[in-house]
Amino acid sequence: MSLLLSLFFSFFQIGLFSIGGGYAAMPLIQHQTVILHSWLTPTQFADLVTISAMTPGPIAINSATFVGMKVAGIPGVVVATLGNVLPSLIIMLILAHLYKKYSEQTLLKRILEGVRPVVVAAIFTAGLALLQLALNSFSKPDIFALVVFVVAFICLDSKRIKIGPIILLALGAIVGIGWAYVTNAL
Amino acid sequence: MAKDLVGEPKGKPEINLKFYLNLFWTTLTLSIFTFGGGFVIISLMRKKMVVQRGWINDEEMLDFMTLAQSSPGAIAVNGALVVGYHLAGLRGALVSTLGTIIPPMVILSLISVGYSVVQDNVWITAAFHGMRAVVAAIVLQVSWDLFKPLAKQKKALPILLFLIGFVALFILNINIMLVMISMILFSVVYSLVSLKREKGV
Repeated sequence: MSLLLSLFFSFFQIGLFSIGGGYAAMPLIQHQTVILHSWLTPTQFADLVTISAMTPGPIAINSATFVGMKVAGIPGVVVATLGNVLPSLIIMLILAHLYKKYSEQTLLKRILEGVRPVVVAAIFTAGLALLQLALNSFSKPDIFALVVFVVAFICLDSKRIKIGPIILLALGAIVGIGWAYVTNAL
Repeated sequence: MAKDLVGEPKGKPEINLKFYLNLFWTTLTLSIFTFGGGFVIISLMRKKMVVQRGWINDEEMLDFMTLAQSSPGAIAVNGALVVGYHLAGLRGALVSTLGTIIPPMVILSLISVGYSVVQDNVWITAAFHGMRAVVAAIVLQVSWDLFKPLAKQKKALPILLFLIGFVALFILNINIMLVMISMILFSVVYSLVSLKREKGV
């Protein structure tokens, strides 16, 4: 029971403080599931982000389900997901009413703009943690992973090359298996 | 709600069981096609809700999406929630939220079970070895894309806040909840003061 409660409360906090959509929730998920509660190892967390990028649905809902299932089965899935959605439900309804009253949203927009730099810093920090994990360490990087990272980054950042993240992940899986075959790890 | 904000939509549907089923089905199918979450949902939702179903008009859609992005939580969930609420009140909000969260719940439940079975398999390990490097690139490229507009503003404050955030999180390892809460408080105070000052001038 206390496990279900802490699942609920953890994902409630993730829902409450993920501002800006997309990957904004990721650093919070990492904090709650890896650092605070050890429900996932850093590697399992990286795999979860990978899986989330390849499947439909927001990363927070995906994580709530993945972690809930792993830690407490189907009750865990339901509790974690509800916890994650509840702040949205409450705040959206409040905002919708405020919105009606003051149809100009200058203040709200200002507040969001003010928070954005820190959200970007949090996503950047979480990205560095993922990179460190992929490379094993920054000082003695896994050369294969480093090459894959650099190529993928260039493909994503280039305006000319149009390869989406899902295709890149599939290619990453293929070269990963190929590399293991070449180095006799298979 | 925004109900009386932009006047009556063209074809506000009759609220009956058939409508709820239709709303559920619409959000369910929308959710299945939202890969990676986030902003993709906006164009897809517009296509379904505005063009195909005619439940809301473009102006309302725009307002709803601003709201969805202003509220914490996943944009896809917020968007579905606010459209559902607009169409059929709290019950509509619950139906459209359920429609949105059920596909990822089912898919990730299955994957979670499958993952714990195969995570030590050599083929899976090899595949994830490659994919982990790609996902690091995805996340860092996203943060780079988000950083560019901050830098382009050519104002000191956003850059300073970014640096403070980075030092607090990466170097000092300060709890992210603490960082977010203090940042939100700072931003609320700063926005109130700066708006007041502008109005005073």
